[in-house]
Amino acid sequence: MRPDTHDKGRLAVTVLVSVGRHPLTGRGRRADQDARGVELARALADAEVELLHAGRLDAGSEAALRGYLGMGFEALSLLEQPAGADVLPALAEALEAAGPQLVIAGEQAEQGEGSGLLPYLLAERLGWPLVSGLAAVEGVSQGVATLLQALPRGQRRRLKVRLPAIVTVDVAAPAPRQSAYGPARRGRLDVQAAPVVPDDDLARWQAQPARKRPKRLKIVKAASARDRFKAAAAKAEGGGGQVLTDITPEQGAEAIFKLLKEEGVLR
Amino acid sequence: MSDIRRRDPRKEWIARNRLHPRHLEVLAELGRSDGQGAASEWMGPHGLMRRNPHAVGFIGPNGVKRIDRSGVQQGQGSGGPQASTAASKPRVEIEAPAFLVAVVPDMAGGRLTGHDRDLLGLARRLADADPATPGAVLAVVFGEHKEDAFGEAGVDRLLHLAEPEVEGFAPEARLGALVAVEQAWTPRHWLLPDSKLGGADLGRRLAARLGERPATGVWQLEADAEAPSGWRCTARGAAGTLDFQRAMPRLILALAECAEPVSETHHAAQALALPEALPAQLARIEDLGQVAVDPAGVALSEAEFILSAGNGVRDWEGFHHAAEVLGATEGASRVAVDDGFMARHRQVGATGTWVTARVYVAVGISGAIQHLQGIQACDKVVAINMDPGCDMIKRADLAVIGDSTKVLEALVALVEQAREEKRNAA
Repeated sequence: MRPDTHDKGRLAVTVLVSVGRHPLTGRGRRADQDARGVELARALADAEVELLHAGRLDAGSEAALRGYLGMGFEALSLLEQPAGADVLPALAEALEAAGPQLVIAGEQAEQGEGSGLLPYLLAERLGWPLVSGLAAVEGVSQGVATLLQALPRGQRRRLKVRLPAIVTVDVAAPAPRQSAYGPARRGRLDVQAAPVVPDDDLARWQAQPARKRPKRLKIVKAASARDRFKAAAAKAEGGGGQVLTDITPEQGAEAIFKLLKEEGVLR
Repeated sequence: MSDIRRRDPRKEWIARNRLHPRHLEVLAELGRSDGQGAASEWMGPHGLMRRNPHAVGFIGPNGVKRIDRSGVQQGQGSGGPQASTAASKPRVEIEAPAFLVAVVPDMAGGRLTGHDRDLLGLARRLADADPATPGAVLAVVFGEHKEDAFGEAGVDRLLHLAEPEVEGFAPEARLGALVAVEQAWTPRHWLLPDSKLGGADLGRRLAARLGERPATGVWQLEADAEAPSGWRCTARGAAGTLDFQRAMPRLILALAECAEPVSETHHAAQALALPEALPAQLARIEDLGQVAVDPAGVALSEAEFILSAGNGVRDWEGFHHAAEVLGATEGASRVAVDDGFMARHRQVGATGTWVTARVYVAVGISGAIQHLQGIQACDKVVAINMDPGCDMIKRADLAVIGDSTKVLEALVALVEQAREEKRNAA
């Protein structure tokens, strides 16, 4: 394993990267979410960032991994694993040995099962807290990180997490920088041996290209022809809405204010 | 008793004669309703059924007489279709379930989402697969909620945890509660929504803690005698490009539209309580609350709260000020955009953006059909308009008839006053 060479003052960050798959051409590429994770780590002030990948090294994956090196790295640690292996033990051992303060990973892989479970299993095994859907790291001080988590509908939530921790990023994180060709060529891939555990379950499942999901039909459960006709000819109406006529603007505003308050959209 | 119908010609004659003093009495005796003023059907002297066409039907809303041959609608006082279907749904109670199917709904905004309802439909399929040994659907709900139709959504048992430690963003406390549920009842299946609203995160945490390998992104479930659990599932993987066919595990994270929601039965939603209090645990993640984001920066299609302006708005300064104070994202109808008052990317409707807001406030919008299509997915629609007959009022959950400028001014004053009081209290 790598020797522990971290400076005391600097934040040790490890980014788990994987080989992605272009949705149209099917070629290997930087995985989008992992690249965003690398971008997030690059933006951290005073951090020592390392890249870690567990998988095969062949022509297709090397081009993709060099894409990460082109974001400004000299080396990438590669734990050699055959296809169809469970990478959890290898990654957990490597992380235990290196002892980073913050581990950043993409939410879901673009190849294989892509269940998004790996960060959770790592967190459970290492006993670290996990935060999903990160938008930004606002600061790290005295072993506590202040994070900004992305919520649906463009909302953000601020969290404080005790380090060491694992965080995952999705499309809400900042877009990755372009990969530069020269650094990508010059970068090193440090291949290391790692324990190999085959994933037997995955081998048993049948995988096939995703079928288009059937569109949900509008099922009309009507007993009579009249009901069916009414359902087919119905206009979109709320029905049973409250209409306030002949009131002062203040009363109207009061009613609206009450509804907004109930729905919890006012802050 | 013999089957021969005994006729009383005198009584039939009285029943036909509306002016006879014993008319009503005889009608009641013959078992005919007098609700419509006269009997509409009776047997004639030669055994033929006679009808009185003037006695059937009812007066419709426009004062025109309507005849409904299906016999469902008997006039205005029938209470509407909603009330009658709710009452007519058969009620299902499962006293001693053979097993439990645990569902943890997202409850976004305190209500069951469409995704949650689909998931409860899936849970019902699993629970009702074998009529001889019916299972019960257990819903685990965290925090305060506004939902009152759990029974209609197919919930047999409801565990409501409203302790302060599981409120807000508390994945570790919630996980502890789910582990307590596992220890107390050991459900046969765990179902969670694979959604960004929290279900995906909590489900994966639970899977890691229980040591189960879950199926994620499940969208189809089929009975399969060869599988150990009796079911086979189809799950999306590899960023949506592969389908995995596999035996169904104990824990499932399912996509939206994985099953039809429950619509035909009404369930008990009986309240349950955990046998022990939740275990106290050290919170390593501290929630500092939501951060105020610039509402103008939120994409219109995913904004939660939209204040939308139409042709009826005269005071544009006041409208922009109201949007800023309320913290709402601004939208507009096509007319307001065409007249140059709002930017094109703010247009809501079939020709602009289809919005999914939870609360949509339409100011001075009459509600063209294209606009109403664009707001189909909105939960609550509030309309402020001068014209009480426009289509937007029909769609709205709350409509205020009046001058939009004055109503907005009053609303801004109210919100500012409430904020001031809150600041003084703090």
